[in-house]
Amino acid sequence: MNTIIFRTIAPLIVATMLVFSVYVCLRGHNEPGGGFIGGLIGAAAIGVFGMASGVATVRQALRVDPMAIAGFGVFLAGFTGVLSLFTASPFMTSIWLYLPIGETTIPLSTPLFFDIGVYCVVFGTISAIALALESDREEEL
Amino acid sequence: MATPTPTTDLPQAMIEAMTPAADWVIVLPIVFGLMGAAALLTMRRSNSTPLLVALAVVFAIIACEVTLLLRVLADGPVSMTMGKWLPPFGISLTADIFSAAFALGAAVVTAIVLVYAEIDRGDAQEADTFHAMVLLLLAGVTGAFLTGDLFNLYVWFEVMLIASFGLIVFGGRPIQLDGAVKYGFLNFLATTFFLLALGLLYGLLGTVNMADIMRVAPAANPAAMAGVAALLLLAFGMKAAAFPVNAWLPASYHTPPASVSALFAGLLTKVGAYAMLRALVAVLPGSRDLLEPVMAMIAISTLVIGPLGAIAETNLRRAVGFIVIGGIGTIMAGLSMPSLLGVAGAGLYIFHALFTMTALYMIAGLVEKRTGATDSRQMGGLYAASGSISVIFLVLVLAAAGVPPFLGFWPKLLLLEAGFSQGATGPAPGTVGVVLVIALLVNAVLTLIAGARLWGHIFWRSGPIDAAPSDAPRLLAPLTGRGRVGYAATAVLTALIVVAGLWPEPVMQGARLAAGDIVDPARYVEAVGLAGETP
Amino acid sequence: MDYVLAALVGLFIAMGVYLLLSRSVIRMLIGMTILGNGVNLLIFTAGRVTREVAPIIPSALEQPSGPIANPLPQALILTAIVIGFSMFAFLLVLAFRAYQSLDADNTDTMRLAEPEQTPNPPLSY
Repeated sequence: MNTIIFRTIAPLIVATMLVFSVYVCLRGHNEPGGGFIGGLIGAAAIGVFGMASGVATVRQALRVDPMAIAGFGVFLAGFTGVLSLFTASPFMTSIWLYLPIGETTIPLSTPLFFDIGVYCVVFGTISAIALALESDREEEL
Repeated sequence: MATPTPTTDLPQAMIEAMTPAADWVIVLPIVFGLMGAAALLTMRRSNSTPLLVALAVVFAIIACEVTLLLRVLADGPVSMTMGKWLPPFGISLTADIFSAAFALGAAVVTAIVLVYAEIDRGDAQEADTFHAMVLLLLAGVTGAFLTGDLFNLYVWFEVMLIASFGLIVFGGRPIQLDGAVKYGFLNFLATTFFLLALGLLYGLLGTVNMADIMRVAPAANPAAMAGVAALLLLAFGMKAAAFPVNAWLPASYHTPPASVSALFAGLLTKVGAYAMLRALVAVLPGSRDLLEPVMAMIAISTLVIGPLGAIAETNLRRAVGFIVIGGIGTIMAGLSMPSLLGVAGAGLYIFHALFTMTALYMIAGLVEKRTGATDSRQMGGLYAASGSISVIFLVLVLAAAGVPPFLGFWPKLLLLEAGFSQGATGPAPGTVGVVLVIALLVNAVLTLIAGARLWGHIFWRSGPIDAAPSDAPRLLAPLTGRGRVGYAATAVLTALIVVAGLWPEPVMQGARLAAGDIVDPARYVEAVGLAGETP
Repeated sequence: MDYVLAALVGLFIAMGVYLLLSRSVIRMLIGMTILGNGVNLLIFTAGRVTREVAPIIPSALEQPSGPIANPLPQALILTAIVIGFSMFAFLLVLAFRAYQSLDADNTDTMRLAEPEQTPNPPLSY
């Protein structure tokens, strides 16, 4: 798999995929897209990177353990649900905040952060599984 | 997006009233479990005391669940529908007495196993995911107990399954991988069958909310509903390890460390049994009547085959696994008798098994630590080395067999009463009830024989089976500091079982009250907020 | 249309069951995935197949302007796909690890947890 063509092109593909994954995640706010599919695209990028330059390099480049990213995602998603405790509504009720910046209004909401949490969960777990499958030596998932 | 326009009619789909913060006791146990697991997973490299964090989370969960249970006992079922949607559009979490009590029992057992698990951990601890996975498992189990929505139940099953996958391969010995392949495939298959049944149910009724199904199910095609109920019986039977789909349990439960086996035995199969109780007895009673003979057959064969397997087995933890299967037969016997007593007995047995089966695996782990063997042929002479372990083991065997005055006796008493009144015409009891009663008694005797054999071989015999009687008694490894912690945890759990067995009045009363809500779910439907409407 | 989909569901489930009966772990895994997809298709069919627009509310409106497709089966299927995918990924890693350490892809030779030849249990009490 690591021909020179693949190794040269891989960083380009990986960077594009990572940016696109964030775009898809945020686009899911109002249009088709979302955290799950965005996280999958991001994890696929990590998988490609792992094929091109080896698992050790990817782990170093990620800096954070993928499972820790997944854990953070669950925490974030759970936290956005708990926020509705303060508005006297049931768990997971959405809260919206309209931020006027200049001439536009940016709608921020708890579903957005929930979706970012989902992105982290999917990105973290699928990356961890992809890296575990790509590495030859036995290691903990 | 834009400000609401007056044309939209919100009250038809949304909850308008304020939700009191006190209602959150039903959702907080799940949230605490999930977020605690997530926090432990995120900080596993920097956190040096994961046990303390995990215990703090579990105690917070226990506090919530005690509040919830007291409230349910006082005011009847509690329900909360997520995201301000009205039921059946939103996902409802609904707790009645059984679900609140089982969730509380699961949290207590988890706290004790977390302490006990120190026995399986080396002194040089690496950053691992054990505590995070235990909390995730507890979140899944709690969610499954508290949910009021069948699809949500499927999701919690999968959360449980993911966490149990992480735990069963924990340590990564080859034997565990072998066990995990069988455990993984068969449990995944079971949840796929559950999903299949859900798809058909949704197609038939257009709803997956349990309370809503109770309202609309009687109007549906009974033949189609019976098919759905049979699929649910298969799926939950596989999760609960009822005969003939029990083979995965003795193939996998003895492979992980003893603490993981203990947690699985206490929580996982009981969730399957609870799902059967909820889905087949409370939600689809009409179809359950059709399946009654099948369930009685399954109950009888599970009751007999479980302890027979335990008698034939010399691997200690595999033998305990067969005793767990026998217990599932007891629950099935209660479920195949739709009376108040039968349901109360089944529910009380689930509650008893949560504690007793966990404790059995815990003491088995201690025995393995002391003797350094997993097979009862290589054990022996433990009575001379440790009288207290042998007493605890004997007490737990008696409790599992249902010998008075231990906790296992009381649910069986309820089931015997139910069996004699089942299908009774005048003073004569019905045939099925009598056969079930006989099977229950046979199960008790066989379990007692299996347990007594194990006890005799492990504790009473002077040494391993091939050792000559004249050999000097073996030196058994004494428990180290961590081992003593595990021993204390086992003793505490056994003490709980003994105390609950000696003062059974509160749990017996609770079980009868709880069974009332299962047999006549009017209060349950009303709590969700669907009462009075006609479909 | 419903009948075609129903036949397809049956075909998927038959293929899944056939592959699950195999001894090879990888084939069982593929069977599990096909079975799962058959079930997802079943939920999709159970939600009634209609020719309507996607259930997305235009940004200017508060509610859909006309009839829309039923969004609930799609939500259920999405959840089931996500879960099925993660289970598949986990079982794949597990099968790979089992192949590495047990050197077995055949379930008949995976007998570590349940040894094949064990002597009879002791007859003494």
